[in-house]
Amino acid sequence: MNGRLRNPGVDRVLMLAVLCLLVLGTLLVWSATSHRDDLTAGDPTAYLRKQLVNVCIGLVLMVVVMATDHRWVRIVAPVVYLASVGGLVLVLTMGTTVNGSRSWIDVAGMSIQPSEFAKLAVVIGMALLVAERKEGRRTGVGSAEVVGMLVIAGVPAALIMLQPDLGTLLVLSATVFGVLAVAGAPRRWLAFLLAGGLVGGVAVFAGHLLKPYQIDRFLAFTNPDLDPRGAGYNTEQARIAVGNGGLFGQGLFHGSQTRAGFVPEQHTDFIFTVAGEELGLVGAAVLIALLGIVIWRALAISALSTDLFGRVAAAGIACWFGFQAFQNIGMCLGIMPVTGVPLPFVSYGGSSMFAGMLAIGLLQNIHLRATASLPTRYARPISQVTRGYHRTRAGLTPQR
Amino acid sequence: MKPSIPPSSSRDPRPGVRSGERSRLRLIVVRVLVFSLFATLFARLYYLQVVSGDSYRQAAASQSLREVVVQPQRGLIVDDQGRPLVANRTAWVVSVDRTLLDRLSGHDRSVVLSRLADAVHTPRKRIEQALVTCGDPGSKRGLCWNGSPYQPVPVATEVRQAVALRILEQPEDYPAVVAQQQSVRAYPRPYGVNLADIVGYLSPITAGELQHAKQDHDTSVNGASTVGRAGIEEEYDRYLRGRPGYQKVAVDSMGRVLGDEGRVDGNPGDTLVTSIDARVQAATEHALHDAITTARATYDPVTHRNYRADSGAAIVLQARTGRVVAMASQPTYNPGAWVGGITKKQLARLYSPRAGDPLLARAYQGQFAPGSTWKPIMTVGAFNHGFGPGSRLDCSSGFQVGNRLFHNYESESYGMIDFARALQVSCDTFFYRVGYHFWHEFGQDPTNVNARDPLVDEAKAFGFGRPTGIDVPGEASGRIADRRWKLAYWKSMKGYYCGIDQHPPAGTSPYLKLFAHEFCLEGSYYRAGDAVNFAIGQGDTLVTPLQLARAYAALSNGGTLYEPRIAKAIVSPSGKVVRRIRPKVQGHVSDPAHAISYVTDALLGTARTGTLAWKMLGFPLDRIHIRSKTGSAEVYGKQSTSWVASYDDNYVVLMMVTQGGTGSGTSGPFVRKIWESLYGVHGSTVDTKDALIPGIIAPDTLPSFQPDGSILPPRPRKPGRGRP
Repeated sequence: MNGRLRNPGVDRVLMLAVLCLLVLGTLLVWSATSHRDDLTAGDPTAYLRKQLVNVCIGLVLMVVVMATDHRWVRIVAPVVYLASVGGLVLVLTMGTTVNGSRSWIDVAGMSIQPSEFAKLAVVIGMALLVAERKEGRRTGVGSAEVVGMLVIAGVPAALIMLQPDLGTLLVLSATVFGVLAVAGAPRRWLAFLLAGGLVGGVAVFAGHLLKPYQIDRFLAFTNPDLDPRGAGYNTEQARIAVGNGGLFGQGLFHGSQTRAGFVPEQHTDFIFTVAGEELGLVGAAVLIALLGIVIWRALAISALSTDLFGRVAAAGIACWFGFQAFQNIGMCLGIMPVTGVPLPFVSYGGSSMFAGMLAIGLLQNIHLRATASLPTRYARPISQVTRGYHRTRAGLTPQR
Repeated sequence: MKPSIPPSSSRDPRPGVRSGERSRLRLIVVRVLVFSLFATLFARLYYLQVVSGDSYRQAAASQSLREVVVQPQRGLIVDDQGRPLVANRTAWVVSVDRTLLDRLSGHDRSVVLSRLADAVHTPRKRIEQALVTCGDPGSKRGLCWNGSPYQPVPVATEVRQAVALRILEQPEDYPAVVAQQQSVRAYPRPYGVNLADIVGYLSPITAGELQHAKQDHDTSVNGASTVGRAGIEEEYDRYLRGRPGYQKVAVDSMGRVLGDEGRVDGNPGDTLVTSIDARVQAATEHALHDAITTARATYDPVTHRNYRADSGAAIVLQARTGRVVAMASQPTYNPGAWVGGITKKQLARLYSPRAGDPLLARAYQGQFAPGSTWKPIMTVGAFNHGFGPGSRLDCSSGFQVGNRLFHNYESESYGMIDFARALQVSCDTFFYRVGYHFWHEFGQDPTNVNARDPLVDEAKAFGFGRPTGIDVPGEASGRIADRRWKLAYWKSMKGYYCGIDQHPPAGTSPYLKLFAHEFCLEGSYYRAGDAVNFAIGQGDTLVTPLQLARAYAALSNGGTLYEPRIAKAIVSPSGKVVRRIRPKVQGHVSDPAHAISYVTDALLGTARTGTLAWKMLGFPLDRIHIRSKTGSAEVYGKQSTSWVASYDDNYVVLMMVTQGGTGSGTSGPFVRKIWESLYGVHGSTVDTKDALIPGIIAPDTLPSFQPDGSILPPRPRKPGRGRP
């Protein structure tokens, strides 16, 4: 199915889906904050404007990455990786505590969340390692590469665990597993990691590594009474807001639960509940579908990619977005534990927006390279392109 | 139109065929996984919104938000030694959550309100009025609610604990009713001080003030706030009030709290350190009280009945800084009467003239003729315009001005004396001559409002006729009855009196007719009679006791006029000094003739051989050099006002009793008592260890505020430094 490339150049479907998500997300952030005087200090458009700035910066970052030569991307990749590991260390030493975990650092008046960039960094780092070692060779990915990739993922993961930021850790784990799988890691390694993860999870719960209240908090989505004032309350309020939306929703800016501000962190982690209440099943489904399109295109670009770096990186990004979106929306719908991960392109926040848009830029970069390496009209002199175009109009296949 | 693409295998620069195939297969697995995850989300969404949407819509409709305001603890007010003058205690407040009340059926609502009215002993009608938002139809000013719609409305304060606990324990009987503890003002009254005039009181914020605060984005107040209304509670309100905390909670239809919706923490208010000393204040209040009770038991030979002694004031100032150490007024009120809301009856009493207008702080809001206490000021004025230590004038028993004979007190005569003796014996005719001299020299034309008047100028230089600038609101400015004032007064009143003159209403007394006729024609004229009256502090000139005390402080310190200050510093709850309030100089009295030191020497004699001597027998005047001046100001139709103003290098002590008789007779003994307590005088011996303030005069340093909340007094001044 990856054999049919329709449009060389920029992936327009991906681009369109991302733009739709950005517009929708900004509207939802606006709706979630316009009446919250405690957040906005009386200015209903405060968060709208801040999110528009985030979107603009994100778009610029995306274009920059898109326009960068793919060789440069691979040269810069280790720097990105090291920078985000450095950021995570900084957070632990001098970070700001927000909602009980230290995950922010203040840089020049902006709050930066390095764990958002760490996800991208891990994907790029792992893809780079496998590409450097295996590209152009005829042997598959062996144990040495798997261990190397795990080390690359392990350093940021350990730092994130110390914050502690359970949600990001889950997303990161799912992403790493996806990257390993797509990179072609031996089956026994995948089975081993899966088993290891399960045993580790059981050990954490059974071995009292977490305090009881932390376990209750984690499991509160199954039974809100486990943490009635905290996560249980959040998940209950989120469910009520979404359920209140019905088939067509109460209309943008008209959700009663959203107006009253019942759902905590509604403009960031619980942004999906705004869509659920105000846009209803139809609108929320469109939102899910748009995210689905982004992930579908990411996987398509992975399949299309001509080099191992591109393939692994694109698949990693797809896994990251896919699991994070599932985790976030699942949390809003009460089928996943309450953890603080944002909904890509939709939640309010700079770091998650920038990391997501950098990833989209990288996807487009890979797409550009994959399609440019094909012998298409883009590869030929302009005069031939024109000619080729006319022939295409005439119903003929373009010249090779 | 799409270019056909070659099979992917042919364009893959393959990194190993086997691993490539594996990778491709796994990509497909990933796709399936992602698709199934998203399908799960959609299914769940459908379940929540469509299948069980109704129950969630019900849940949504049954919950509501309640904004709980955690009122901040108001800052303490402490004295110079750190003793709390005003503190806080907790009281139970019962409020009603209107959102929940509205959801009850009409019958249930009525039952709940009746039950609540019984429980808190408040008429049901009052509770219902309290629940109406101000501005809504049917809202009553003063009773309606001007706070946030989400906030429970307080309907009863100072509720007994038993009642509050019953409401808390039986929520099913009191749906929509909330009982909370709140901090309210407490008055520990160290040494029995009252201090109402200085401290002021609190009352609920008005709609206008709240609106104002909202426009200024001032979050330190809310609809249930109380704000300072008088005294330093009003003046330093913005420091004392602190910042309320807000907590939003979601409640279910029964009013049970479901969970937090966010909170903003508040801050307690700052502590205000004052220069008031509780012990001196208590001594001053007692002295004033005793002076008044004694006067009321004393027969007045002029009016042939006991003195009414209907009001009074006593002030102790630090002479070299203008700081207020004690200030008492009578009649006064209990500042605690406002806590938890004042009743209409109480309020009517506080404003009633029959009760003596207790809200009027006589010390800085009362205006009285200064009488003979005015003479030292006149002496300074005279010396700076030609008179001197060698000037001698006749202290005759009477003095003729025009067709009117002005008498000395009890028609006494001392012959030719100098200013010092004239001050000591308080000779009126002597000062009549001084006043007449200047009127004759500069102002013989009674219609010339611009004529020079050195005595008026001197009075202005000593700060009379304008507010002293003390740090409490509502101060009176007094009045200097000069030529301009007389013209202005005539202009404002001539319509009335000329009307009486031309068409006298039936039953007008001949005296009033004559007065109206004269006033209509010549009421604006500043005649010699006005000038001589001014020179002895009679006539239309009025001063506040504080103005007089401040002027005497200027005599003591060589001519510096301070704005009196009660507050010394603002200290944060953590004990950090936020702001020091330093004495402020308002002006300097120009004294090229060194008249002030002359007066200071002369006034030493008042207590030794002058008007106050009979009340100061045995007092160690050789160690405590008290300068003093007595005054008995005449008030038309009333008994005379008793004044004693006295000072040394450290303090000014002043007492005034209206309708209280002579200065020395009524106030003298009690001014002496204040002096004795200030210095630790027993009989004729001085034991400074017994002085009410350790070190005699309070140090400039502040009490220290310990982290555990205790307050330690400042280290006293070194012995000897504060000595006279």
